[in-house]
Parts: sequence; structure tokens; C-alpha cells
Amino acid sequence: MAEGIGIILLKFGFILLFALGLGGLLTWVERKQSAIMQDRIGANRASIFGLRLIGLFHPLADAIKMFTKESFTPASAEKFLFTLAPAISVFFALIGFAVIPFGDKLIFGDTVVNLQVAPLNVGLLYLFAVAGLAVYGVVLGAWASRNNYAMLGGMRAAAQMISYEVALGVTIFGSIMIYQTVDLQQIVHLQGGTFWGWLPAWGIFMQPLGFILFLTVGIAETKRVPFDAPEGESEIIGYFIEYSGMGFGMYFLTDFVETVMISAITVTLFFGGWQVPYLLADGFHFPWGEVWLLNNWTVALFQIASFSLKVMFFLWLQMAIRWTLPRFRYDQILRLGWKYILPISLLNIVLTGIVIMVLK
Amino acid sequence: MLQNFAHILVFLIFGAAFVGINITISRLLQARNPHPVKLSTYECGELPEGESWIQFNIRFYVIALIFLIFEVEIAFLFPWAVVFKSLGTFAFVEMMVFVFILIIGLAYVWGKGDLEWEKPANVPDTSVSPLTESKELTQLMAS
Repeated sequence: MAEGIGIILLKFGFILLFALGLGGLLTWVERKQSAIMQDRIGANRASIFGLRLIGLFHPLADAIKMFTKESFTPASAEKFLFTLAPAISVFFALIGFAVIPFGDKLIFGDTVVNLQVAPLNVGLLYLFAVAGLAVYGVVLGAWASRNNYAMLGGMRAAAQMISYEVALGVTIFGSIMIYQTVDLQQIVHLQGGTFWGWLPAWGIFMQPLGFILFLTVGIAETKRVPFDAPEGESEIIGYFIEYSGMGFGMYFLTDFVETVMISAITVTLFFGGWQVPYLLADGFHFPWGEVWLLNNWTVALFQIASFSLKVMFFLWLQMAIRWTLPRFRYDQILRLGWKYILPISLLNIVLTGIVIMVLK
Repeated sequence: MLQNFAHILVFLIFGAAFVGINITISRLLQARNPHPVKLSTYECGELPEGESWIQFNIRFYVIALIFLIFEVEIAFLFPWAVVFKSLGTFAFVEMMVFVFILIIGLAYVWGKGDLEWEKPANVPDTSVSPLTESKELTQLMAS
């Protein structure tokens, strides 16, 4: 049964709310988590009618500020590209979510709704295409600003992103070889079930090395601390130095949306996506033989909740890493990418291949 | 199958619309007080020094070249990885040879020193320093 355009729009709305909502929430988490880790109180001043709610209104206040602040273009800048660059940046960050499955199937009368905006059989390839395009927003913005610092930041960002782009491609080959597909929904399906009857068959148990490499490369791709040499608040400020108002807001949002994206891909490839341990299409089947039957809607809700919780866990982990490690030197960043991660992930392909061949 | 790409198209259109609407709203809401000083290039309060559209360092170019080669080679691995289990041992060995060639390429670039970020710009040749040269000279003169 084909899905109508209305259902696609609903799914689009959901995934947009998911990405932007989490992205917005992350601006608050960033401040609050750093405050807790550094024994401060943190952002708590924004209030509506005296209601402060531990600073949860700060993202809202930020949004209002971004919309109303003057966004001026430097006189010497390339005007058209300067305006276009942040839009491109946030656009490429958002469209990757089209292939992320956030649930299995929702039966809606006689319509079966696939809980994935675009059930693409080349989902993973699409994701890498989109991730490869992300560098354009940064480089165009840096070049169009016509500012020395912006240019420095842009060059650094470009070299860093393309270096880790190679490693990003190589790290996931282990998973592709195991699942024999690049369709993300199918990859999640194959992670259902259990090993030895009790251990969830998630990707991490088959690709532990691949998972660690992928997460490292993913964090490097988002250009956040400890890989934030292109930004470097305390030295060159980076490729968005000339941006103000909405332009800056979009670059800022891109960073957070990319963080959500990396968490979502990690969860999809290595942590079973929307799979809940022991939850099959008709309810829970526990290893000790107990069975709880659930209807389709409850199962779908469990799956969406499971996906969201796992993504949130990785957001928390990335934030914790961001506030724990200091910034790497630029040569250290490139050395890590080319001399450690790339050879180890090539080795991972060989090892995975040998193990699969031997088991066969 | 093509229908799935139509979903992507719808997603792209609405993504672009979302970005466009955001820019438009902020255009309508924002304050506008241009001032020549405000519009000048930012350089920590100093007058901007030099042109920023410069010839960038050749190292960035080399990194981009290496990236291009590896990315294309990796693209060859995708079709193999997807059908790898059904192809059997021969395809596996074949691809291991390919990966091995890839590793040789990496080793070559590594050995050439193109992955080193800090390169000494001009290393003075310490084997013949003026001092030793003059010493040799004086010894020659003395003999």
C-alpha cells in the first residue's frame, strides 16, 4: 500500500521536530552539563512569568535572539555566497535524517506506514554522500567572508573533514560485510533477535572495534571539542567569525544537528536502532519463556522511545567527551586520522572478512 | 524503487523550504543599522591586514589529493562488501589483494612524508657547517 503525501509530510514533521528539538535541547544540555561537571549552577536565568524550570527556556530565548538580531554582511564579503553558505550547511545537516529508521511499521487501518521517511535501499551510501557535502557549507562561508581568520578556519576545517571522510567510509565496511546490505531499515531488522538466547544481537557485539573507530571519526566530523581546531574559540574563532544573527545561528545549529546525526547513525549501525531487547512484532518474548502480547501501536511507541533514548545516551556521551578532553593540536588531529584510524579500520575490514570466511 | 527517491525529493524540498522560511523570518524581524565600521572586516579591532584570498599552503592541496585517491578506491569496496558472503573465497582473496594495494599506497604516502603536518621549512645542512669547513681548510693550510 503506497503512502500518501500526507503521511510523508507527517513523518517529515516528526523527524524535523526530532532533530531540531534535540538540537535545540543540546544548547541547553551543553551549558547545564558543563556547569554540573565544573561544579557551577549554569544557565538558569531565562524565565516565563517567573518560572525558570532549571534554565529550560534558554533555547527558546536563544531562538528569539537569533531571529531578531541584526545579521550584517561585511562590506568586502562575497554577498551571495555569504548568505547562502550557512543555509547550505544546515540543509545538508538536516537532509541526512531522511533515511534514519526510527521505528518498524505502524498499521493504520489498511495502510502500513514504514517509520522511516525514505525507505531507500542505498541508505548508507546516501548518508555518506550527504556527509561529504557538509564540507561545502563551511568552505564557502569561510571563503565568502574574506577574512583572514575565517579563511584559516575554513582551510583547517576542509582538510580535517576530508581526512576523516575517508576514515568514516572505511570504518563501516565491517558492518556492511556482516549485514550484506546498505539499507538502514534492513540493518536494524537484522539486529533483532538474540545471541545464545539472551544477548541482544546488536552490531556492537560483532563490530566492537568498528564502533569505537566510528564514534571517534564521527565526533571529528562534527568539528566539536576535542577536534575543534577549525573553530578554536580561544585562537582563530573560525570560519563563522564574520557571521552574526541568523547566519551564526545556522552554523551553530548545524553543529548540534550533526551531533544528533552522528548519534543516530551510531545507534542504527551498532546499537540496534529502534530494537528493544526481546521485543518482537507482537510483544515481549523474554528468554525465561514469559510472553507479554502487545498491540502494534504500543510496540511502535516502544520502538520510537527506544530509538530516542539510545540517541540521547550518545548525545550525553558526546557532551561528556566534549567537556572532558582539551582541544587536540591540528597536527595531532591529522595524524590520528591518517596514521591510526585509517590503517586500523583497513585492518578491521581484513579481520572481519577472515572471521566471516572461517565461520562459513 | 524510484518512488523512494521521490520521498527523498519531498524531503529535500521541505528541508530547503524550512531553511528559506527561517532566513525570511529573520530578515523581516531583525534590526538594521548599518555602519561603515561595523561592516568592516573583523580583525580583533585592528585594521584588516593583507588580502585573505591568498594562495593557501600546498599541504592542504596534498591532503585533498590523497583524499581523492582513497575515497575513489573505497567506493570500489562498497559493491563487494554488499555481496561478499555469496561470492566465496576467490572474491575474498581478490579483495584482500586490493586492500593490500590500498595499504601499500598509504605506506608510500606515509614514507614520502606527506602525512606529516609539521615539516621543517628549511633545514640547514648541518653535515657541512661553515665552522667545520673552515677547520678543514685551516688543517689543509697547515699541512
